Amino acid sequence: MNIRVKVNGRLYEADVEPRTLLAYFLREQLNLTGTHIGCDTTTCGACTVLFDGKPIKSCTVLAVQADGHEVMTVEGLESNGQLHPLQSAFWEDHALQCGYCTPGMLMAAYGLLQTNPAPTDEEIREALSGNICRCTGYMNIVKAVQNAARQMAGENQEVIEEAAVSGTSTD
Amino acid sequence: MFPNAFKYEAPTSVDEAVRLMTEYGYDSKVLAGGQSLLPMMKLRIAAPAVLIDVNGIQDLKGWREADGKLRIGALVRHAELEHASELDDKYPLLSRTARWIADPPIRNRGTVCGSLVHADPGSDWGAAMIALRAEVEVQGTEGNRLIPIDEFFVDTFATSLNENELAVAVHVPTPGGPVAARYMKLERRAGDFAIAALAVHIVLDSEGRVAEGGIGIGACGPIPLRATKAEEALIGQPITEETIATVSRLVPEDADPADDLRGSAAYKRDLLRVFAARALREIAEELHGRVGNE
Repeated sequence: MNIRVKVNGRLYEADVEPRTLLAYFLREQLNLTGTHIGCDTTTCGACTVLFDGKPIKSCTVLAVQADGHEVMTVEGLESNGQLHPLQSAFWEDHALQCGYCTPGMLMAAYGLLQTNPAPTDEEIREALSGNICRCTGYMNIVKAVQNAARQMAGENQEVIEEAAVSGTSTD
Repeated sequence: MFPNAFKYEAPTSVDEAVRLMTEYGYDSKVLAGGQSLLPMMKLRIAAPAVLIDVNGIQDLKGWREADGKLRIGALVRHAELEHASELDDKYPLLSRTARWIADPPIRNRGTVCGSLVHADPGSDWGAAMIALRAEVEVQGTEGNRLIPIDEFFVDTFATSLNENELAVAVHVPTPGGPVAARYMKLERRAGDFAIAALAVHIVLDSEGRVAEGGIGIGACGPIPLRATKAEEALIGQPITEETIATVSRLVPEDADPADDLRGSAAYKRDLLRVFAARALREIAEELHGRVGNE
């Protein structure tokens, strides 16, 4: 079946077998191997991507179901060679060891910060409850998400202040 | 892991979906959120020859209130009800239940009706819809019918839907007085099957007595169950310490739990009693400000 799907802002057209899962389509047909496949049973969250802006587990959605929809993978986080604040914070706060769960953690955390820019530790833990890490533990992951949230709030503040100085509105 | 190969159909209307279900019969399965069906297909527990994906049917999206009911369309995802604060005043059990389902990414995809039709005895919506005395609206070739939730679950993974009937919505009655609800569940970790779960929905009359009391039991039998004896003891009563003690002792009597890796049957029964007492106490405090004595 032919599908058209926007991934990280770029439109792809591809021919997929109906049983192809979105995670495999991303990795094997689009070569976006940042999305990891862990448990394959909707448990571990390593394959988490955003589907129309919301985190989902891409091992449990068919690629044909993404036809006409927008997907964002971990490759979509950095821009112009600059790491996203979440990626920098994971690095700075040592929120990973082997890194296998990291793409899913980043996308689930990104989804949370889109709707809740200043979450509590408890809200972060709830948002990441579908993502399993088997080596770092969760302390540093929660810390990194907090740091990223603060940094992103600071960046927004700078934008607002710059706009105020130059006399333009950000609305 | 891959599912077996299947033919993929994506109808854009309910009539077309029903026509496809009639054409393919037992060889087809309906795909909504897919959060139970796709894992089962990957594990080859299910291997339908045809998948009928209903995600493109606009008529199945969203909810609306009409004729004393809230009609929740078959494509409403768990997360939509979790975050629908506008429904909290009249239908507090919906968001209280939704937030306990699986984990956030699964809640963004899985649907309320899909969970009911899947008929897992541990289904959170199963227990909640029993407490709410909901009805499932289904459409087949001979038109629509409403199935009361007590007649909907037949056995584990089996409902009273006919082969070519599509569940198009679930109807929840609008309460006629002050309402409060609790959903309680114990699980080993997010996404695991519940050890036991209990949904409690209370509507008071103008005298402060229980006008409607619904208690649904999850993960303690072949299907979600109604705590009939406890409900009978609750109706018409004020929620006092005495009522709470009596009713919570009766809840496990309608449960049918099994000994398994998650706990013994005796433990699960006691858990239901504790859940009922906690839920009723919290509901009384919310509606009355405190728990009274007779």
